[in-house]
Amino acid sequence: MRPTSPGQRPSRAVLVLLLLASFTIITLDVRGGSSSPVEPLRSAVGTVLGPVENGTAAAVRPFTSVPGFFRTTGGLREDVSRLEAENSQLKGELAGVSVDRNRAAELDGLLASSKSTGYALVPARVVAMGPAQSFSRTVTIDAGTRAGITADMTVLNNDGLVGRVVRADTSTATVLLLVDQDSVVGGRLGSSMEVGFLRGRGSVGGDARLDLDLVDASAAVTRDDSLATWGSRHGAPYVAGVPIGRVVGVSSTPRQQSTQAVIEPYVDFSSLDLVGVVVDRDTLSDRAVIRAGSTSTDSEGGGR
Amino acid sequence: MSAVRALVLTGIVLLAVVLQVTVFAGLSFDGVVPNLALLVVVGAALVRGPEFAAVLGFLGGLAIDLAPPTHHVAGRWALALVVVGYLAGRVRQDAGSSAVSAVLTVAACSFVGTSIFALSGMLLNDPAIPVREALKVIPVAVLYDVLVTPFVLPLVMRVFRRLQPHQVAY
Repeated sequence: MRPTSPGQRPSRAVLVLLLLASFTIITLDVRGGSSSPVEPLRSAVGTVLGPVENGTAAAVRPFTSVPGFFRTTGGLREDVSRLEAENSQLKGELAGVSVDRNRAAELDGLLASSKSTGYALVPARVVAMGPAQSFSRTVTIDAGTRAGITADMTVLNNDGLVGRVVRADTSTATVLLLVDQDSVVGGRLGSSMEVGFLRGRGSVGGDARLDLDLVDASAAVTRDDSLATWGSRHGAPYVAGVPIGRVVGVSSTPRQQSTQAVIEPYVDFSSLDLVGVVVDRDTLSDRAVIRAGSTSTDSEGGGR
Repeated sequence: MSAVRALVLTGIVLLAVVLQVTVFAGLSFDGVVPNLALLVVVGAALVRGPEFAAVLGFLGGLAIDLAPPTHHVAGRWALALVVVGYLAGRVRQDAGSSAVSAVLTVAACSFVGTSIFALSGMLLNDPAIPVREALKVIPVAVLYDVLVTPFVLPLVMRVFRRLQPHQVAY
């Protein structure tokens, strides 16, 4: 295309054409739903960009885990560059060590949650996070269909429920976080076994909260009561018994049909790293599946 | 030569999209990250004009719409960035003149782009974005985009000047 010179009036045709193209794509995707014509395109982009995201995330992980480290090297000056480079290299190694140590602890935790819940888990790392500007709280994990992951699987970490898989590509999968506004989870109160529905508020920070609507309007809710998943038919999208959070506030008005409570999730969504995806026990995966006490690569065997 | 140029352009756009979901995810402010693809489009608009930037905005927006981990209707960021590219291209005579006006252009574009995206979400109910949430996110997004502008925009503009065909020398 020929660029227009500064004084010249740009042609409107290009703009109109592109706007129409955008509207067409939006319409096709909205009307199509899950069988939309955009879906193959999405898969193709996911298949290509997935490994790129995995690689980028792996390369920068020691740095992004320690934002403070990033800030110190940001102010590198010419005259001390050599010393600072040496210093930052050492700091980087240190950061890597502590990240590895944390990760080992998380893996231990995942093993423990597999033991306590009895579910088989595929371990995966969070490699990308959807920007808040897109108004949906999603993350990419570095395990896809090759690791045995499909849509509508439960994702958890050693603290509790993280969310569910909404789509899986070859080497990556997209997880809709519990705190997303589109996310609805069936939850059960620990003390009274009352059931209700949890909705996200869309915020991931320290003030991340979920709203609980109890089915039984007369049910009593007490603060600090714990909440676990209720479970869906055949465990999709949510398996039963995964801890979600605790009650931090209760509100009930006569006008409302149900009792409402505010839940603080156990999971810290702003620092997600290692997560586990609940899979069938006989799933074939490209990595070791954590099966309540033993991993599938245990050659000694017999531990199951 | 033009095939090489197209390849480099695709590379730049995809790099911006991948960086903003991976690297900047660790540096996000309450989930808000700098919209690098938008900065690339604004840079292209200031160097090459509205038509080129609108086309690049469409492709960049589509890349954001389709790259994992998105979970919204495809085409919404494409729509927003087409408008951004066109608007930035229209004001480029003023915006290209000084650093301050370039930063102001980025701020305006960031506001317009994020707002169009939020509005399209409200219209389509995908997801049902409360106005409160949008009003909280948009200022932070504008601020973060402005903050990274001095580091990203000059680089982007230099690359686009290098990529410009030689016969147009102004």
